[in-house]
Amino acid sequence: MIEINHVNKWYGPSFQALKDCTTSVAKGEVVVVCGPSGSGKSTLIKCVNALEPIQGGDITLDGVKVNDPRTDLPKLRSRVGMVFQHFELFPHLRIVENLCLAQEKVLGRRHDDAVAKGMKLLDRVGLKDHAKKFPAELSGGQQQRVAIARALAMDPIAMLFDEPTSALDPEMISEVLDVMVDLAREGMTMMVVTHEMGFANKVADRVIFMDRGEIVEDAKKTDFFGQPRSDRAQKFLSKILQH
Amino acid sequence: MIGNFDFDVIRRALPYLFFEGMRFTLTLTALAAFGGLVFGTLIALMRLSGYRLLGRVAGIYVDFMRSLPLVLVIFWFYFLVPYIGQWLTGASRPITVGAFASSLITFIMFEAAYFSEIMRAGIQSISRGQPAAANALGLTYSQTMRYVVLPQAFRNMLPVLLTQTIVLFQDTSLVYVLSITDFLGAASKVAQRDGRLVEMYLFAAVVYFVICSAASFLVRRLQARIAIVR
Repeated sequence: MIEINHVNKWYGPSFQALKDCTTSVAKGEVVVVCGPSGSGKSTLIKCVNALEPIQGGDITLDGVKVNDPRTDLPKLRSRVGMVFQHFELFPHLRIVENLCLAQEKVLGRRHDDAVAKGMKLLDRVGLKDHAKKFPAELSGGQQQRVAIARALAMDPIAMLFDEPTSALDPEMISEVLDVMVDLAREGMTMMVVTHEMGFANKVADRVIFMDRGEIVEDAKKTDFFGQPRSDRAQKFLSKILQH
Repeated sequence: MIGNFDFDVIRRALPYLFFEGMRFTLTLTALAAFGGLVFGTLIALMRLSGYRLLGRVAGIYVDFMRSLPLVLVIFWFYFLVPYIGQWLTGASRPITVGAFASSLITFIMFEAAYFSEIMRAGIQSISRGQPAAANALGLTYSQTMRYVVLPQAFRNMLPVLLTQTIVLFQDTSLVYVLSITDFLGAASKVAQRDGRLVEMYLFAAVVYFVICSAASFLVRRLQARIAIVR
């Protein structure tokens, strides 16, 4: 589904954000990307739907080359859902309008159909009653669930999560993770940048560990949390699992 | 001394002052603000587009317009446009452009430079995550601008845009250089005709003051309301 081959990316002439990264996410697979801050994990996931351009290598999404200038990027992006660290709901639109905008303008769905679909998904994330509110009236956890519903409204073939719980208060993290666990169990293809090792342990098929722009470890979950692995991953894990 | 004043001259001139003069002033203000906002937004988008050439052209335009006194631009444009029109259309003689059309175009061009800077600040006030989220949903650049970025930028900048429009309302009086009858022009004509300069100019000042301070008050109220909603 997602193929990342020898990807290189620079910010400016001197800082290399991604160094020869190669990995893949198969259909139905859940891959967790972790690593210290500044390791390039967010950058990597943003390259998958070309929110960030790459300078070397190839990324293929469902057979379509992302970094080909002839690729219709809006069309390609509409098929992949993305959830951001800071939710990025559109503050000037009501919740239900947030869910309808792209359905109508990108997929060309009729307004009634878009609303019906949106309400179904809001119901699924437990926020049907908040449809007429504005994003600012919701808590962080609720906003993130809306953001997931908004992405799902496009019937995506895969979902990208960029640190979806990092900006949340601790008591709101689980309500978002619950939605994500359900999604994973339903067979959604997911690439998730997160520090939530509990989530990784529960539903991930593979775990990728990144450090300083490199993919240091790319292993099955059981192997990653088991014994043999690199020093850097070990150190990282011991630090975040300590408490 | 005040006994020598004839305030009745104002009463008699009221229909002329408001139905001719003020109507023109308000029409010109509204059309120039609307046109200035549309072109100003385009200029702002050019400056932020990332295409260096477009950005340069827009930047030079804004700097140029902001470096000239408005009176000069109005005057200059009025006399130049017929010749530019002639050159563009290849006509045999300078084309005739009415004083109203000429002043409207001038104000739109001039205000576009100011509005563009306001809209640019407004667009830059939107976090980069917003267009990223819109793009990630598959919205194109123009859809992202139209449905996500510009509505928010416009809302954030509304008080400043309205304040600039109040300034524009006052600036429209400069059309007197083209002998157009705006509100001040009308007052001035009556003043000259009846020899009542003090009364008429005093009255004009009061009218401008009342309208502008009332508008400023409303803008402040609006600002407070927007601040609560966010």
